[in-house]
Amino acid sequence: MTTTAEPAGDEKAVAPADERLLRRSPLRKLLARPELGSLVGALAVFVFFALAADGFLRAPSLSTVLYASSTIGIMAVPVALLMIGGEFDLSAGVLVTSSALISSMFSYQMTANTWVGVGVSLLVTLAIGAFNGFMLTRTGLPSFIVTLGTFLMLTGMNLGFTKLIDGTVSTKTIGDMEGFPSAHAVFASTFTVGGVAVKVTVLWWLGLVALASWILLRTRTGNWIFAVGGNEEAARAVGVPVARTKIGLYTGVALGAWIAGQHLLFSFDAVQSGEGVGNELIYIIAAVIGGCLITGGHGSAVGSAVGALLFGMTSKGIVFAEWNPDWFKFFLGAMLLLATLLNAWVRKRAEAAK
Amino acid sequence: MTLVELTGVSKHYGSVRALEGVSLEVRAGEITCVLGDNGAGKSTLIKVIAGLHRHDGGTLRIEGEETSLASPRDALDRGIATVHQDLAVVPLMPVWRNFFLGSEPRKGVGPFKRLDTGLMRRTTREALLRMGIDLRDVDQPIGTLSGGERQCVAIARAVHFGAKVLVLDEPTAALGVKQSGVVLKYVAAARDEGLGVVLITHNPHHAYLVGDRFVLLRRGTMAGRHTRDEITLDELTRQMAGGSDLDALRHELQRG
Repeated sequence: MTTTAEPAGDEKAVAPADERLLRRSPLRKLLARPELGSLVGALAVFVFFALAADGFLRAPSLSTVLYASSTIGIMAVPVALLMIGGEFDLSAGVLVTSSALISSMFSYQMTANTWVGVGVSLLVTLAIGAFNGFMLTRTGLPSFIVTLGTFLMLTGMNLGFTKLIDGTVSTKTIGDMEGFPSAHAVFASTFTVGGVAVKVTVLWWLGLVALASWILLRTRTGNWIFAVGGNEEAARAVGVPVARTKIGLYTGVALGAWIAGQHLLFSFDAVQSGEGVGNELIYIIAAVIGGCLITGGHGSAVGSAVGALLFGMTSKGIVFAEWNPDWFKFFLGAMLLLATLLNAWVRKRAEAAK
Repeated sequence: MTLVELTGVSKHYGSVRALEGVSLEVRAGEITCVLGDNGAGKSTLIKVIAGLHRHDGGTLRIEGEETSLASPRDALDRGIATVHQDLAVVPLMPVWRNFFLGSEPRKGVGPFKRLDTGLMRRTTREALLRMGIDLRDVDQPIGTLSGGERQCVAIARAVHFGAKVLVLDEPTAALGVKQSGVVLKYVAAARDEGLGVVLITHNPHHAYLVGDRFVLLRRGTMAGRHTRDEITLDELTRQMAGGSDLDALRHELQRG
């Protein structure tokens, strides 16, 4: 899984070796991969906590780590795609909460099957994502401003509507409503693999990583995502539908927010309206640690997954090591800096002989 | 055969007259050079032909049919490919992905429709070889190529996708002498493939090396229109540099 993709073996064998092309060592090839830095980091963090924290290597602990990673990873994947496409989404964190609130309140107020709420939530969430993309492409404002606007509006609406409709800061419980058990099974259940409990979100996460990798590396859309992020004007000039691609990317983030939102709702049976603020930065951090260039045009879905895994290992590892959780933010910041430095180096290399 | 014909074309941006009454023709297998100093209206002219801006006056005919171009895609569909000076490529993407950007071949059906990456790599290599460009590795990011090499890839790309008209915006502007020569060679190769070429440049020496027709722009208007047998390089250079302006300058700078 790299942006340059693996060279087809048969072609290489037929084509005579070019004397100008120095044999690239496997190490050098590896260095060009966007997720390399994060992989090395993840390995280091894993070894570190395996030594520092008793019980980190036990199956239930690793399962907790995977769960924490997956809740971030589900959003980190579409956020990474968006970053490769050259844009940000600051509203991603609260959109998750919005999605959960819409689902829960619709079902409760309409006394409908919870699946109806889930469906309505999907439509509304996708519409909000499309709105972000539409505003961005139509106004030409930077995505930082556009999504900062939607971030604030959504934060206000989450609190305001919940207060207005339910009178408190959390929604009414929908645990006894029709369709809850099946929705719980889809979005928040736990299954056992070889005696280890695994949350269903891990499957959603892996599924999204696979889907996003397929899109990025093997479809026309993927080519367009790299292009609009790498050089928007060039992409436009050769006929790439830039606006459509970007609106699609924001809708993708909304899809992730919907999945994460439904998980948030169905793991309990009610939603706190103030949740989600600040998570948008964690998604971005996971994507950047995973090798996404902040300026767009480079990165991978697998990288974002490794970034999310790093996040999960650090947040839970600190707990297992019985340290003060305050240190978590410090580790996150240090990893972000290291990852960005590595990315900058990669980019310099790629553009070196310009 | 005349592929593109502009007659008295003008373009205004608000109260700014960017282009006024410019005429030129592009024929298959010929190179039409558009010469002018900075601010002469070369970029505006290119934008009209490339479909980035619509012209407001005069007529634009493509293969005899009067039209105006709505978008770069529209221009491409009519066989006009434009190679812009600096926005030709996405630097971080491999050569083969750049080569097919916007016109990617796919295989498979339904949700499994995917890029035909094998074909894309192979075709890129072959199309480049056909133009005489022997690239080291089509998997390297195109940003690692030299400026001249990138221009050549863009030209090969236009030829491969069956462009009838190739518009080149200052392909030699940022290049050294040797690289300029290489690029001009590929421009000539494109002409020999039967394309009509529009070469925008401010270098009369480069223009005269390959050009069949010359259109001179000055301050948004047409300052001259010549075929190759009507004009010498010296005259072209003189007109290009502003003719009498240059004489005045020489007089001003004269020592003693």
